[in-house]
Amino acid sequence: MTNLKDLSNTYVENKNKVYKGGHQKYHDKLASQNKLFVRDRLKLLFDDGIYQEDGLFANFMAEDLPADGVVTAIGKIHGRTVCVMANDSTVKAGSWGARTVEKIIRIQETAEKLKVPILYLVDSAGARITDQLEMFPNRRGAGRIFYNQVKLSGMVPQICLLFGPSAAGGAYIPAFCDIVFMVEGNASMYLGSPRMAEKVIGEKVTLEEMGGARMHCTISGCGDVLVKSEEEAIEGARRYITYFPQSFKEKPKMEKSLPPVSTKPLEDIIPINQNAPFDMYECINAIIDEGSFFEVKKLFAPELITGLARIDGRVVGIIANQPKVKGGVLFVDSADKGAKFIQLCDAFHIPLLFLADVPGFMIGTKVEREGIIRHGAKLIAAMSSATVPKISVIVRKAYGAGLYAMAGPAFEPDCCIALPTAQIAVMGPEAAVNAVYSNKINEIKDPKEKLAFIMEKQNEYKQHIDIYKLASELIIDDIVQPSELRSVLSERLKLYESKDMIFSVRKHPVYPV
Amino acid sequence: MKEIVSSMAGTILNVVVSEGETVEAGKVVVMLESMKMEIPIESQVNGVVKEIRVSPGEFVNEGDVLIVLE
Repeated sequence: MTNLKDLSNTYVENKNKVYKGGHQKYHDKLASQNKLFVRDRLKLLFDDGIYQEDGLFANFMAEDLPADGVVTAIGKIHGRTVCVMANDSTVKAGSWGARTVEKIIRIQETAEKLKVPILYLVDSAGARITDQLEMFPNRRGAGRIFYNQVKLSGMVPQICLLFGPSAAGGAYIPAFCDIVFMVEGNASMYLGSPRMAEKVIGEKVTLEEMGGARMHCTISGCGDVLVKSEEEAIEGARRYITYFPQSFKEKPKMEKSLPPVSTKPLEDIIPINQNAPFDMYECINAIIDEGSFFEVKKLFAPELITGLARIDGRVVGIIANQPKVKGGVLFVDSADKGAKFIQLCDAFHIPLLFLADVPGFMIGTKVEREGIIRHGAKLIAAMSSATVPKISVIVRKAYGAGLYAMAGPAFEPDCCIALPTAQIAVMGPEAAVNAVYSNKINEIKDPKEKLAFIMEKQNEYKQHIDIYKLASELIIDDIVQPSELRSVLSERLKLYESKDMIFSVRKHPVYPV
Repeated sequence: MKEIVSSMAGTILNVVVSEGETVEAGKVVVMLESMKMEIPIESQVNGVVKEIRVSPGEFVNEGDVLIVLE
């Protein structure tokens, strides 16, 4: 006859059986692939490796589908509650059955109720085709996971760690997250596998070419942070979360102030020659707290730098042109990159700092056909509608729509300030003189005389846009000494803390895409 | 063989390397002018300059091959 002791023993046996995940041969394979078992990932992710799990015995009656291939749990990161979904690739390659999907939906609903961040540790081959009727088309089928992600977007931080494949429909989990970490060589994402592509459209490519981590982090922009190992991804997620509040109902926490790592004067970094390249990272390092930079989409559209940082302990989102890459000119991808990052910061009350050295948006048939106008409009729309404290610093130059994109005066920045050598204009002196005096220049035959005329007109132009003229007309709010920039920014960010505004009253914008 | 291509449409200002020269990843090989800016084009890999396909004043499009490395 069964007594309580027997029941207890059976329970322990059953639990251990489920805890072990799939067949040993799949565990053995993990090490050679540089991968960790799902529960080992959770041990590293959660404080002290502790978590409360829901649905441990999902599909227990099937005997060979422990937890139905996914762990859904609640635990702490840096003492903060978070929800986690983590595929178990040792169980039918982490594929989704009906209960897998239901568990994921429920942990999302939990994150919504608790108003806490949710992390998706993705490592899944996709849907179990045999179970499709139970998990694909229905109201609480896989589509519901994405619907929920859209609902949760901006409500709580959603973070994806891609450890393996995220195929077909599953690829949308990363797509709806705020940020995606991808492990190089292992992570992959695609709507159709290379095998399917060969069968269905006749294309022959490798896995890396179709949807590898590096491809997504450099070319498609679907990946935000490329890492070398799972440990690096997990550490990155734990670090990333420190820049964010638990939900949109709170603001990010202050940390201890640290001095910048670099004491190199900005005058030594920024050339007087408006057309020469310099490294914007050097400026950033001279302004922000040491070690506080968390870059987003570092390898994608590098002509624009987007990253989280701290100034005197306060979180700030930095959008900065990088003159070293493509002259800091804005392209389609940089516009998209900027727009997404601005929205991320605005959603979670992170002030925005624009560091401008921008000649404008790219021109030419290639970018026109890519729709640079509507992508640029997307960037400007995102920046306009951000209601967090918004500071625009003209570091060197801001021409044309570049000024607009970098939160120029018309876009309600809390301040638009400039360094003394800044140039704000519709276009640079060379282009302007070319445009206005083109006939006159062509009439002058003597090359020396021509050059002298051009130089004279360029100097006149520079006088016309002298920064003190702009300050005199209240176009900019202040001129700032380079050596004082960090302290001015810190003070202003502190003073702007109480900012509270609604951008526009409506259902929602018709957003340029 | 590796091709170094232009990162954007523009005009060649000058070619900084010569045939037979060894370059390291990160070295600037061509200076391009575009949008009135001086754009440094770097080699992404190590190699030896085999072929220089452009000369100063020439217009190039994004993706056009500038230098071929061995």
